[in-house]
Amino acid sequence: MSILEFSNVSFSNEGKSILKNLNIRIESRDYISIVGPSGSGKSTFLKLCNNLISPSEGNISFNNKNVSEYNPIELRKEIAYCFQMPHLFGDTVMDNLSFPFKIRNKKVDMDRIKYLFSLFSMDEEFIDEKVLNLSGGEKQRIALMRTLMFTPEVLLLDEVTSALDSENTLIVENIINKLNNEGSTVLWVTHNDEQSIKYANKLLTLENGEIKSLEVLK
Amino acid sequence: MNSGATLSTSSLIIASSLVLISLFFSYYQKLNLEKETIIGVIRAIVQLTIVGYLLNFIFGLKNPFFTTLLLLFMTTNASFNASKRGKGIKNGFLISFIAIGIGAFITLFILVVSGAIKYEPYQIIPIGGMIISNAMVAIGLCYKQLLSNFKNKREEVETKLALGADILPSSIEIIRDAIKTGMLPTIDSMKTLGIVALPGMMTGLILAGTSPIEAVKFQILVTFMMLSTTSIASFLACYLAYKGFFNGRKQLI
Repeated sequence: MSILEFSNVSFSNEGKSILKNLNIRIESRDYISIVGPSGSGKSTFLKLCNNLISPSEGNISFNNKNVSEYNPIELRKEIAYCFQMPHLFGDTVMDNLSFPFKIRNKKVDMDRIKYLFSLFSMDEEFIDEKVLNLSGGEKQRIALMRTLMFTPEVLLLDEVTSALDSENTLIVENIINKLNNEGSTVLWVTHNDEQSIKYANKLLTLENGEIKSLEVLK
Repeated sequence: MNSGATLSTSSLIIASSLVLISLFFSYYQKLNLEKETIIGVIRAIVQLTIVGYLLNFIFGLKNPFFTTLLLLFMTTNASFNASKRGKGIKNGFLISFIAIGIGAFITLFILVVSGAIKYEPYQIIPIGGMIISNAMVAIGLCYKQLLSNFKNKREEVETKLALGADILPSSIEIIRDAIKTGMLPTIDSMKTLGIVALPGMMTGLILAGTSPIEAVKFQILVTFMMLSTTSIASFLACYLAYKGFFNGRKQLI
């Protein structure tokens, strides 16, 4: 069953065409690596998926219902998006990790937070660390934890391991693979050739705002 | 608050030679400000004269309806001015009108009900003018801060939206910062009252023959009302304006 479907989707901004006539069906539990040169529209593609922007033309449907029929806030909770640049806000790591609970009017679940720290092999002491004192790689992992606080149906990742060393990259890849095995659909933009074919079952290549190819890997 | 201080027209004409000093400096230092200065002086004379006669007329009427009308006129002008400062703010004029109007109304209402001032033109109009212009400056600052924050913190707002936050939790820091920016000048000037300069109103009262103690009482009243109007107006303006940065799909425009 398709979970996300793009039909004749184009997107332009201030007269500049960024994505042209995309047609793609993403099946539930797909693990798709998205590759392509800079400026080929990869990030725009992800933003369209979680309705941070709307297509200029064409339709996007989620679970066979047009995205525009969903409440955008609820939709974004199901289709979670982790940005290329990890943007942490507030003062401390805790401000960031408690945010997903606050916006759902839920009590902060410390067990869940601690579980994620162990999953990422990170020291729990980071919880009270000031955001300003974190390295690029630490920020990237905290941002990803924030996105994964509530397991989404679809996970959109934009070069989320770009600042990580090989050891931590491996940890993150395994976490994402595990989530995919447990039922989340994954769309992962990457510049790393090895990473792009490691776990993914499909490889989507974008070029000049168009789909160049969609290969089935597994 | 009424006293009989007068200024003879001939003294005023002699005092106008002060303008010549400014013109001389402009010419001597090649500042090219002569034209601007003359236009400024003429405008000041014409506008103030008209206002003087108008106020004289309205004060004579002692009609609450005209007083209210004049307050509305001042609020409209102030809103227009504030919305010009906030180019890029959606519905800037309407938002400014609501913010300034409600801020001024609540403050004046409390002042009148408490008996601090009477709803008579000679008290309401100068006091209304002071709080309305103060609110205008404050929300102009709020708009400027909102615009620059929504530009500079775009990624932060989008990150929060992407996590599934509604537009208010996504912009709350920006809103708070803008409200603060609007209120700070009023709070800062409160701290230096009497130390750095005697406020204009107090100076005016003393010049007109009121005892400094009485003048101080009025100044304290004015300070309180400026604070309340500024906070109400800044709060309303920011909370009404931030929504204009998003579209119906809760996307940052």
